[in-house]
Order: sequence, then structure tokens, then C-alpha cells
Amino acid sequence: MFKYILKRIGLALLILFGVSIIIYSLVKLMPVNYITDKFQAQLLDGTIKQEEVDRMLELYGLKDNSFLGICKGYVMWIGNVLKGDLGNSFKYEDKVSTVIFQNMGISFGIAFVALIFEFLIAIPLGVKAAVNQNGVIDYTSSVLAMIGTALPTFFFAAICIQLFSVQLGWFPVNGLQGTLPNDASAWVKFWDKIWHLVLPVFIMVFLSVGSLMRYTRTNTLDVLNADYIRTARAKGLPESKVIYKHAFRNTLIPLVTLLAGTIPGLFSGAMITEQIFSIPGIGLKAYDALKAGDIPFIMGYNMFLAILTVLGTLFADLMYAVVDPRVKLTK
Amino acid sequence: MSEEENIYKNKSDEMAENIIAAEGESERKDAPVNGEDEAFKNGESLENRVKFLSPMRLVMKRFFRSKLSVVGLVTLIALFVFSFMGPLLRFIPGLPVYESQWIDRTPGQYKVINTPYDYTDAEGNKYKAYEYSRERNRFLNADGQPTAKHILGTDNNGYDVFSRLMYGGRVSLTLGFVVVILETLLGVILGGLAGYFGRWVDQLIMRIVDVFNCIPTLPIMLIISYMLDANGIKDMAKLYIMMALLTLIGWAGVARMVRGQILFLREQEYMIATECTGLSVSKRIFKHLLPNVLPQLIVSMTLGLGSIILTEATLGYLGLGLPAEYATWGNMINVLTKEVSYWGSYPCQWVPVGICIVLAVLAFNFVGDGLRDAFDPKMKR
Repeated sequence: MFKYILKRIGLALLILFGVSIIIYSLVKLMPVNYITDKFQAQLLDGTIKQEEVDRMLELYGLKDNSFLGICKGYVMWIGNVLKGDLGNSFKYEDKVSTVIFQNMGISFGIAFVALIFEFLIAIPLGVKAAVNQNGVIDYTSSVLAMIGTALPTFFFAAICIQLFSVQLGWFPVNGLQGTLPNDASAWVKFWDKIWHLVLPVFIMVFLSVGSLMRYTRTNTLDVLNADYIRTARAKGLPESKVIYKHAFRNTLIPLVTLLAGTIPGLFSGAMITEQIFSIPGIGLKAYDALKAGDIPFIMGYNMFLAILTVLGTLFADLMYAVVDPRVKLTK
Repeated sequence: MSEEENIYKNKSDEMAENIIAAEGESERKDAPVNGEDEAFKNGESLENRVKFLSPMRLVMKRFFRSKLSVVGLVTLIALFVFSFMGPLLRFIPGLPVYESQWIDRTPGQYKVINTPYDYTDAEGNKYKAYEYSRERNRFLNADGQPTAKHILGTDNNGYDVFSRLMYGGRVSLTLGFVVVILETLLGVILGGLAGYFGRWVDQLIMRIVDVFNCIPTLPIMLIISYMLDANGIKDMAKLYIMMALLTLIGWAGVARMVRGQILFLREQEYMIATECTGLSVSKRIFKHLLPNVLPQLIVSMTLGLGSIILTEATLGYLGLGLPAEYATWGNMINVLTKEVSYWGSYPCQWVPVGICIVLAVLAFNFVGDGLRDAFDPKMKR
């Protein structure tokens, strides 16, 4: 097991190395460049000279965009990364790692709450759907799953905002904070924040709960066809015991694996949802940084996402071996 | 599979006689009525009376049995007809269909500022109050409400939304084919190589697949979009190149699937048989392995077509940067990036587009799921 983990981590490092090369060369080829953008106006005014801008570019390693220059820049970048330094963000004027860690909290919070709701709704309904195959719940779950995969987030969000925020006025349109009196208590502030997050969480849950329900249903159906379920029934156990004791536990195996695989991804932030509701999470920060051409931050964020993906698959594989004793990690 | 079915599979006359012996002549389902026996005497054999279905026909039959897949297919056909035939209606005078870049330069309408509400004045008289803007655009019919002339109104630039819905469909519905075909080609070649040769080839290709799996799609697509802008690639060419580049990320999933399938098929008996008969490697791969991967490929391609529509819409929403005059569904739904008060007042500008996107994706998914079930020989029906 230990050896297996070591091997996987080694492989993961190799993969991340490959990812970083690809992303770095793409980012470097990007035409938007924070420095030139920023000093464009001053350059036209004549308050700053082209040479000064060039020197600035040189300083940040943005000048040379030839193949060799990119190679040199990459070596420098990865050297710093190995020392634990992701560089400084131009736009946010702080260390990239600090910006990421400061902003991922809210993204994680939303995603985590959404995930809890998804599991709480999807698992019981999925099991129910499998038990009453072709029943009402079964059809509802498949329709929900289909719609969930087909609805673009922004479209569904727009409909929800129009309906619940604009027409009915139940929820705030966007942002994280309403207009509160200065002396509002902490409790009121907290409640206000929660109130702002209801719609985003609802949208995230609605769009992904269906497929999770389908997944649970498929697994439960597989389990229900197994021999030991027939044995349990043949023994004369009541149906509820067969399903909730014998079948349900085995249904959980793939779900736990899935859960382990999803958890790292919760930190990555939902770019579109955050953008629509202007929630200052990491997704929105990354989107703004992308538009501004903030190279260190884009690099840092993309690598952060890649690491989360690698971690997710690793966790899922390990968890698989933990919950299912038949699986042995050898290779 | 019951014995009876086994027998029916064999075409020879001998077997047909066995059936007769086993079931008894009179109990056959196609037992001769009104002297049909005469036909047999005239040299017609029994096999002409037993219906054999080719695998393709079987798949078709199973596909059309599922209601959802038929619904999906009908929706797709309807959407394609709407997008490709619909714009032709503009040649018939009097119909509210226009060219995609035709701008309505008639004076605009007075805009409704507030929904009608009840108003009570100081003397207690009750009125119904309507609030309209004082000014209107005299040169452009922008943001028009639906009228007989513009079924879904006009957008911010004075384009007719309904017509552009059709033109947008032309692009959005067909764009996916570029991506999916390229993606599948690349995926099949690399996945096939990895699965068939195994060992270091497999290791190498699968590690590359892992790398591409870890690359986050959305940020990368945005970066590529900026790059294309700067290199002077504009308009529709930009969209197509972007989509083509999407394949660079998307092939990894296909390759993984093909590899898994081939690893499984490689161990099957019939593959050993091909090896024993001394067939060449290329023949074994292309004639015996790939046709067996084809069903899964067709399914994943169909589902891929749906997801590409979503991707295009998302990129359009995030500001892919196509100029407004080009009608694609993604470009049209870009209205949603403006402030809520704007798009909230003109639902006709984005709701129909959104519905079209959802319908198209749903339809592709229905067809894909239907095909998956139809191709699966283990399905009972």
C-alpha cells in the first residue's frame, strides 16, 4: 500500500510537470499582458517612456516571447515553485498563494454545502428509485438528471434570478452582502450572508443532483441483483432489512469513492456561478485575472486546479481499496 | 438464449426440417394456411418465410422502440429543419424572417419602464398607471418588444431575434461535428495503439492522456481565445479554430475509452483466432478490433455533440469575443452578462435561445442514450 502510494505520487509529479509545461507555454503566448495594459494610458500621455515599460517587462520576465525566452522563463518559474514560491500576482498585488488561499474559503464553503445537500437528497431518492424501478421517483430522477446535464448554468441561474429575485423578491440578486445598518449584530450579518448564498447553492444542487441520483440508482440495481441479496431474501428477512441493511451498505462503496474523488475539486471554485452572482470566490478572481493577463496568478490557479484533479483521482483510488476489501493495490 | 432461437439462427434447410420435426408441422407459427404448402412444392424453401434481421436492423428496431430516443430524434430533426430551412422563408414576402445581419432601422418603440400598477391620487381617484419612456430611438428599432413584425422582438443592435435564432442554430448545431470527428479520430488512433500494443507504448500514451485530463478546460479556452484575437484570426474562423483546439483537450477521454475497450477485446477468443489464422496486424486492428469499439464510439460521439453545444454557449457567455453581428446561440445568450435590470426586461432576447440550447443538448443526449441501449446485445428486449 505504502509503495503504491509512493509510486502514484511520483507519477502525479510527472503529470503535473507535463501540465505545467503546456499551461506555461500557452499563458506566455497570451497577447494580453498586465504591464503593457497598465501603462498603455501613461505611455500615450507621455508620462512614461517606452524604454521604462520595456525595462519593467524585462524585470518581470515578460519581454522575451521567443522559444528560448519561454524556456528560460519556465525554468525560472519552476525553480521558484520548487522553492515554494508561486510568484506575485500583478493584479491583486500579493503573493499568488496568499490570494488563492484567501479566496478559496468561500468557494469551498458553497461547494461543500451544495455537496452535502446533493448527497442527502440523491442517496435516499436513488435507492428508492432503484427499489421501485420504473416508478414515479425513478422517472423523476432520470428527467432531473437529463435536465441537469443539459441546462447551462448561466441560463438556469438567469431564470432563477428573474423568478425569485426580480419577480418575487425573495432573494438578493447577487453579491454577498446586503445593505445593513452599521450596528448590525454578527448574527444578522451571518444570516444576511447565508441569504445571499441560497440561490447559488440551490442552482449547484439542482444541476448536479440528478446525475448523482442516477449513479446511486445504477449501483443499487447492481447490488440488488447480487447473489447475497437473493440469499437474504431466501432467508426470509423483511424487505426493509434486505434493502437498508444488506443492499444499502454495498451501494455506498462506489459512492464513497466518488465522494473522495470530489472533495479536492470543491476548492477549485465555480467560475460561472461565481461570476453570475458576483461572489468573490476563487473562480471570479481567476476570471478577472485571466481577462487582465495576470500571468503569475493564471499559472498558479491552473496549477492549483491540476493538483486538485490529481489529488482527486488519487483519493478515489485509495478510497476504493479502503472500502472494498476485494481490491488490492499492487501495481 | 433458448434453444429455439438457436435453431432459428441457422439458415440451412436441414435445420428448418428439424424445427418442423421438433414443433410439429401444424404448430408452426407460420403454419400453411389455405394450401400454402403448394408454395413449398414449387421450390420455395422455408427460410424465405423466416425473417432474419441483420445486426444493424436489430439496433434500429431496438432504437425506435424506446420512446425517449424517438422524441430526441424528432426534436433534432425539428431543430435542424428550423435552422436550415427556416431562414429560406425570408424569400416569401410578408413573413417576419430576415437576413442574419439585417438591422431594423425603423423608429423604435417607447419602452415600458414599469409594469402597470394601481395609482390613487390625493382625491382618492383610482387609476391604472402605465409608465413609458419619454424618448425613443428614432433611428434604430432596438430592444423591441415582440410584435407581428418581429416575433421575438429585436435585440440591442436592432437584429431580429427570431431570425437569428435560426441562423445561430446553423452554427451551433453543426459546430460540434468538427470537434467530435477530430476528437474521435485522434482518440481512436492513440487509444487503439495504447490498447493494442500495451507495454511502454501504453504507458507513454496513457501518461499523456493523464496530463491532458488535468488541464482545466475553461481557463485554457479563454487563454486560447485571447491568443487568436491577437493573431488577427477573427470572426467565424476564430470560432472554428477554437473548437478545433478543443479537440486537443477532448481526445484524452476518447483515447481512454478506446484503450479500455481494446484491452478487453484483445483477450477475447476471436482475437486469438485471428492471430492463429495469421492475419496482419493492421487487418486485425482495423477489421476485427475497431468495429467492435464502434458502438461505444458512436454513443460517445452523439453525447459529445450535445456537450459541444453547451461548451459553445459557455464560451459565448464568458465572452468568446465574436463580434455581435455573427449569430450563434452562444453569442446571443451573451446578453446575460449585462446587468440584471437590462436582461430582466427583455426575456425574449435570451429565454428562447436558452430553450433551444437545452432542447438540442437534451435531444442529443436522448439519442445517445437510446443508441447505447440499442447497441447493447445484453439488453433483453
